[in-house]
Amino acid sequence: MIRFEPRGPASLRRMLAVTIAAAVAALVLAAIPIAFAGLSVFDAYGLMVKGAFGSLFAFTEMLTRAAPLILTGLAAAVAFRARLWNIGAEGQLYAGALAAVAVGTGLISGPSLVLIPAVMIAGALAGGLVMLGPTLLKTRLGVDEVVTTLLLNFVILLFVQMMLEGPMKDPMGMGWPQSEPILDEAALPKLMDRMRIHWGLVVALAASLGVYFLLKRTVWGFEIRAVGENASAARHAGIPVTATFVRVGLLSGALAGLAGVGEVAGLKGYLTADLSPGFGYSGIVVAMLAGLSPVGVVLAALFIASIFVGADSMSRATGVSNYLADLIVAMALLCVLVSGLFLRFRIRLVGDHKSRETAE
Amino acid sequence: MADPAQDADVVLRLDGITKRFGALTANGEVSLDLKRGEILALLGENGAGKTTLMNILFGHYVADEGRVLVGTSGNGLADLEPGSPSAALAAGIGMVHQHFTLAENLSALDNILLGTERLAALSSSRAPARRKLEDLMARSGLTVSLDARISQLSVGEKQRVEILKALYRDARVLVLDEPTAVLTPQESDTLFATLKKLAADGLGLIFISHKLAEVLASSHRVAVLRGGRKVADLPTAECDRRRLAELMVGHAITDTARTPGTPGASLFVLSGISAGHGRDALHGVDLDLKSGEILGIAGVSGNGQTMLARVISGLETPSSGSITLGESTLTRASARKMIDSGLARIPEDRHHDGIIGAMSVSENLAIETIRKPENQRLGLLRFAAMRERAKDLIKAYDIRCQSADSPARLLSGGNIQKIVLARTLETEPMVVLAAQPSRGLDVGATSEVHRRLIAARDRGAGVILISEDLDELMRLSDRIAVIHRGHLSAAEPTETLDRGTLGLRMAGHNAEDAA
Repeated sequence: MIRFEPRGPASLRRMLAVTIAAAVAALVLAAIPIAFAGLSVFDAYGLMVKGAFGSLFAFTEMLTRAAPLILTGLAAAVAFRARLWNIGAEGQLYAGALAAVAVGTGLISGPSLVLIPAVMIAGALAGGLVMLGPTLLKTRLGVDEVVTTLLLNFVILLFVQMMLEGPMKDPMGMGWPQSEPILDEAALPKLMDRMRIHWGLVVALAASLGVYFLLKRTVWGFEIRAVGENASAARHAGIPVTATFVRVGLLSGALAGLAGVGEVAGLKGYLTADLSPGFGYSGIVVAMLAGLSPVGVVLAALFIASIFVGADSMSRATGVSNYLADLIVAMALLCVLVSGLFLRFRIRLVGDHKSRETAE
Repeated sequence: MADPAQDADVVLRLDGITKRFGALTANGEVSLDLKRGEILALLGENGAGKTTLMNILFGHYVADEGRVLVGTSGNGLADLEPGSPSAALAAGIGMVHQHFTLAENLSALDNILLGTERLAALSSSRAPARRKLEDLMARSGLTVSLDARISQLSVGEKQRVEILKALYRDARVLVLDEPTAVLTPQESDTLFATLKKLAADGLGLIFISHKLAEVLASSHRVAVLRGGRKVADLPTAECDRRRLAELMVGHAITDTARTPGTPGASLFVLSGISAGHGRDALHGVDLDLKSGEILGIAGVSGNGQTMLARVISGLETPSSGSITLGESTLTRASARKMIDSGLARIPEDRHHDGIIGAMSVSENLAIETIRKPENQRLGLLRFAAMRERAKDLIKAYDIRCQSADSPARLLSGGNIQKIVLARTLETEPMVVLAAQPSRGLDVGATSEVHRRLIAARDRGAGVILISEDLDELMRLSDRIAVIHRGHLSAAEPTETLDRGTLGLRMAGHNAEDAA
């Protein structure tokens, strides 16, 4: 029989060890379908590592992929810290991208110094406003934000498709449902020549530090932590719980919106309905892997990004579907959730209990 | 110990039980015998290991060392399989937990039969079960309406269902964890009368308690636990109140004698307050708190105390009536406004409402004043100042913690309460609301709470003390009002009241009936 015995607070070292063990377990579990696909597991993972770290190009591609994951990961982490279950980062990302395109394709003109901040603010605002509705519904009427944020993802994606087929369709786009290209002045500059890596990564890293600072050092952060850890005690102590939820909702949505800005203004240059391969949802995995720590989000995003980029590369080399990446990421989430059990409980197998024989 | 003649009567033996949780030894080599027909009181402060011991007995925990033996039909003792509640049930051990384990939406009969019926039976007839229960009820005096839903029963009736549940399974040992915590004094008397009858019928009974009066009145033998170890095991006839208290605490104690306050002018007034719905609602509550007095509010749990505390704390807006503090109206005030107006609020559920377990002691001490200039500048937290202040408060209120940075969750209940006291009373509030301030605290922490409340009163604050403990109310309050089904009686001076009168009013008889 298995017994669970509660254990004390986890040390940082044990948390790290368990998280890494979860990631390794995910890779081991994902090896099973690789083997079924008739591939050598070591070859496959070797190709994946090469695909993510094997060259400067591979490495910068991985970092490019990590940038939006950091931002959506932060969006989830900051919301989850306050126990505001924002599952809608995907929709907020598209809302941010849509706003960036709306502002950055000629609505206003000016130098980069004006246009880039304008595009970013527009995207962050749009993402935040999308999250405002579910937050107010939760605080005012007690509507479950998991449902509202999740369903809004589809509403927003369909709205984006409508805009791309209609008013925002690029007349020069050969009939493809895509927006006009973003102005050069509004585009985020590249970080390196001939590589796709752009300033979105810097924005993401700065956001990570910003969220860390907010949570650790400010009154608002104090209130977010208090509400998240024990909303009832926070309310009793006079902390404005509703206002805190609204702040967190706006911030979370804004971070996801910024991820969308980075993708259109830094990478693609125009908006399509397949802008995000599920960055919003992967952000939840990133946040959980990181234990909701804003700095940990960066590391977790790098891990997830290397799996995505590595799996793409392996898939091209071997013909094994790159759905494998989704599989590994999903496994990683499951392993991390299960690993929480190991952090909170000591698990003992009892079958050899000495008093057992005497019991009969 | 191994005298066979004595063993014949023993129905339960704990032999050298040791249980550790990490560094904490919850039970250290506890040995205990229970005989047929005996009522054993297990006495100890909170955290003394009473509940852990009983949880080992019932198989919720496995002891690290030691064994549990139960009487068999052949008059011998046999080992009980550790860690198996079903084995404990099969061996005739019944347990009535402090928090009842009843399914609210099922009938009393369903709850009693739950788990005793075959999963798939061709025919299901409950007539024999009903006959057996009616017989049990007649013999023990534990009457409940078997077809009533649990949700419709009173707390006392629910407890009877729990006891019947154990008796129906032919329990030979019955363990009751703090059985009187939720009862009126009259209900408690009835309970103990029943327990005595059951003991006379041959049942072995253990009841866990920290109330000396009921232990002295209703047990045959007392085992005292302190710090996880058994420090005394003696016939109740040889004990008195003082001796038991000292055994329980481990040192001589001095009772705080009541010192009358010097009530001044009206300070904090509720008039015609109604709030909430259902059982815990308030109906037209009037209350007039004067400065320099402790106003006690007595009542059985669940009669509106929680709602009253929530209204005064600014967590619930009354549907009618008004609240005034001095000149200012606080009828619709938020928690923030209440604090800023000079109200200190000590919540009844200190773990749930009083502290944020994952945050540090220092943060918990600062939480009510986090937006005040002493804790922040331009929205940035002033950690150094917070920690300094925390250190002062930890010293002044004797909060036992590793450091100001350790999570509040790790502190004991008494020290958690000291955090709440320190942060609420340090600002010298005009009004103090103390809801069940000593519930679950040990003797030391309780007297500290009392001392602080009296000190607040003596410097001129008005204190509202909501409590279910009549001794506490009689000892501290200058006036006492009784709350029943959401109605609050007029407060009367403590000198004119006695336990009997209060008990009757708590049960819903009004002043005229009682006279």
